Amino acid sequence: MSSDATPPVLKLHGVSAGYGRIRALHGIDLEVRRGQIVTLLGANGAGKTTALKTISALVRASAGSVLFEGRDITGLRASEIARLGLVHVPEGRHILRGLSVRENLELGAFTVRDPAVRQERMREVFGLFPVLDHRQHQDGSLLSGGEQQMLAIGRALMQGPKMLLLDEPSMGLAPKLVLDTMRIVKRLNQAGTTILLVEQNARLALRLADYGYVLESGEIRMQGPAAALRADRSIVQAYLGE
Amino acid sequence: MATDDRPGAGTTPALARLAGPLAALADNAAARRAGIVALLALMVVAPFVFGEYATVILTNALLYVVLALGLNVVVGYAGLLDLGYAAFFAVGAYTVGILTLRVGVNFWLTLPVAVCTAALAGVIIGGPTLRLRSDYLAIVTLGFGEIVRISARNMSITGMASGLSGIHQPWLFGWHIATPRDFYYLFCVLAILAVAVSVRLADSRLGRAWLYVRYDEDAAEAMGIDRVRVKLAAYVTGAIFGALGGVFFAVNLGAISPESFSFTQSVLILMAVILGGMGKIPGVILGAMIVILGPELLRSLGELRLLVFAVGLLLIMLFRPSGIWPGRGRQQ
Repeated sequence: MSSDATPPVLKLHGVSAGYGRIRALHGIDLEVRRGQIVTLLGANGAGKTTALKTISALVRASAGSVLFEGRDITGLRASEIARLGLVHVPEGRHILRGLSVRENLELGAFTVRDPAVRQERMREVFGLFPVLDHRQHQDGSLLSGGEQQMLAIGRALMQGPKMLLLDEPSMGLAPKLVLDTMRIVKRLNQAGTTILLVEQNARLALRLADYGYVLESGEIRMQGPAAALRADRSIVQAYLGE
Repeated sequence: MATDDRPGAGTTPALARLAGPLAALADNAAARRAGIVALLALMVVAPFVFGEYATVILTNALLYVVLALGLNVVVGYAGLLDLGYAAFFAVGAYTVGILTLRVGVNFWLTLPVAVCTAALAGVIIGGPTLRLRSDYLAIVTLGFGEIVRISARNMSITGMASGLSGIHQPWLFGWHIATPRDFYYLFCVLAILAVAVSVRLADSRLGRAWLYVRYDEDAAEAMGIDRVRVKLAAYVTGAIFGALGGVFFAVNLGAISPESFSFTQSVLILMAVILGGMGKIPGVILGAMIVILGPELLRSLGELRLLVFAVGLLLIMLFRPSGIWPGRGRQQ
């Protein structure tokens, strides 16, 4: 674990989860400290997405506990966890087809009751993603893949999250857009948002992150500061398939 | 509300002519206001112009406007499929029947009881079911509808198969609501209230939550919207509309029997919602009018009328699968 003295914002202790009789996670331990970017790496089917879904309660943990800011959130509903400021940007983006970009963003601010705060957040998101501003009246599902990803992240930001769970934000994007997305992740982090990032592109994720975990078959096989993981050729070859 | 479309509304050539003015009505606020005023005026004079028979039929159509608007909250706003909506209609009707006949309670005092009973039934049925995927709700509500009807058929308090009769016509501040015309105006008021509540709900915070849950419940949940609570709110709201419809249905007819609350009834109400356009208030009103007035207007066709009506419905669904009313509905 990182030697930082601050208590972790997010802490998983012995978390197991699965779908029906198939177990996808076998007792994983994981910590994220305030202000960090932590990345969760691994091959397809290693359990990365399940881990994020278990944290945000889209999948129920069958064992273990999840603590957010010291509070046990294991039994809470997904909506309650989101309201605590732990917001999941799911794989596949979930842009609402038939609603405009602006309406999609408004969904993100549903729990924000103060209209002034909603407006301010909208301005911030448009500042971060000018393309969403230009296209705010277009159907959100008609945006390009990269723009939809920005919309999904922008929508999560509308809620004013303390921590984001990002599931493969670069999936299906052109190489240049992948770099743009990573830059945005970095910027969000610099602005104070703690991030747990699931990424296929391990090399890129490790360049961005402070700390990394490698999942294999639902278990944590390796962990360490991102720089150390990146330097270890054998890890990159054995677990990250590059 | 629909103005110029009642004659021949179930047939296809009329439908083609309808699209133009309907679209204008839907888009233009001034035209819409004029349309509403014209419709209200028509509602006021209708019993004098069309005679008693038409007044009775129109009263029935207004009842279906209330029921369809209630089901529209469930199906149109929240996107849940309810196949047993007539059950709540029955709960309202039997509450009035039992309380006024067997207990001797004043009619107006049965209203809050009917509302609470329906809400409670909604929570009991919806609470566990709405946690599951939407398909289960369709199955459970289908079963619930049949349970209510069959219970009513077999319990002595509900009068078994013959039902309850002799339900008294109510008094309202010295006005004895007795003639078909009285009931017509009573149902006008009810329908207008139902429209007003539907409009307010669609524009409310809850209305936006329904919209998001309908579009993508996972995304809504991830953004802090409790999907189960939001869906339950829709289901219970629909239940209350249905029960109120049932309450006034019972006093209007004076007699109720289990067969008024069959599966066919649930389907008819659902048809009104889907036909007019889910989530679109003017569309749902139009749908209710078509479902009730359509067969009446085609009466001259004799035995063929139900066939013609059914073919008309099929054509509407083929050519306007998202409902007759244009646009995507009130909820923005």
